Amino acid sequence: MTIADIIRILNAQIICGEDHLDTELHSACGADMMSDVLAFVKDQSVLLTGLVNPQVVRTADMMDMRCIVFVRGKEPDDMVVDLAKEREIVLLKTPLRMFTACGLLYESGLRGGCEK
Amino acid sequence: MEAIKVHYDVPGDDFTRAGEASGMLKRYLKKIGFAPDVIRKVSIAMYEAEINMVIHAHGGEIDGEITPEKISVTLRDQGPGIPDVDLAMQEGYSTAPDNVRSLGFGAGMGLPNIKKYTDEMKIETVLGKGTTVYFSVNAQ
Repeated sequence: MTIADIIRILNAQIICGEDHLDTELHSACGADMMSDVLAFVKDQSVLLTGLVNPQVVRTADMMDMRCIVFVRGKEPDDMVVDLAKEREIVLLKTPLRMFTACGLLYESGLRGGCEK
Repeated sequence: MEAIKVHYDVPGDDFTRAGEASGMLKRYLKKIGFAPDVIRKVSIAMYEAEINMVIHAHGGEIDGEITPEKISVTLRDQGPGIPDVDLAMQEGYSTAPDNVRSLGFGAGMGLPNIKKYTDEMKIETVLGKGTTVYFSVNAQ
């Protein structure tokens, strides 16, 4: 699945990172608790979240994630967008809620990546 | 080869900037050419510790020592200290205030996470004086 596919599936808008639409992504994680992302995530490339503070971008950066999807129509401010551009992380936003967004991506073949 | 030393000051008044030092070290380790999994372990551990420093101790100082064999990081703060280190090391135990939780932290995973991702970890803490967290990650 590419970032362009995610935009289509989630009816999402791109906030920044237009140059990376072809980036291939294989797994994702949905969380509003960044502590959990840091504790449990392994090799996921997409983060779905309802939080829009800079720590979301920093967390994704530490985990080598390539794309953040803000759910529930959340809109990050300029500081967050600038940080994402600097770290080359694609930002998307979708009006969908977390459960629906995760479900649609799962249905389309994206997986959690850390099933034990 | 002599160890490379790095130093970062962490301001304690701005949570939005917490993690800047970790980001800088991460990019530096990448530039030097360490393996991605080594870099990720160091980055996560340092980020957790840096966040703790800002949440609980009004910032502090971070010193790193880099050799081809291992990466060591020492974080010193002059915060309140940790009353019960064993308790603080338990997953899920947190004393973080609600405003920090609303930003996605304070799940009580910080210190356990540092231990999980590193090869060595030490905490020295004195109540009312401050805390020093040391960890290292083997690179080979």
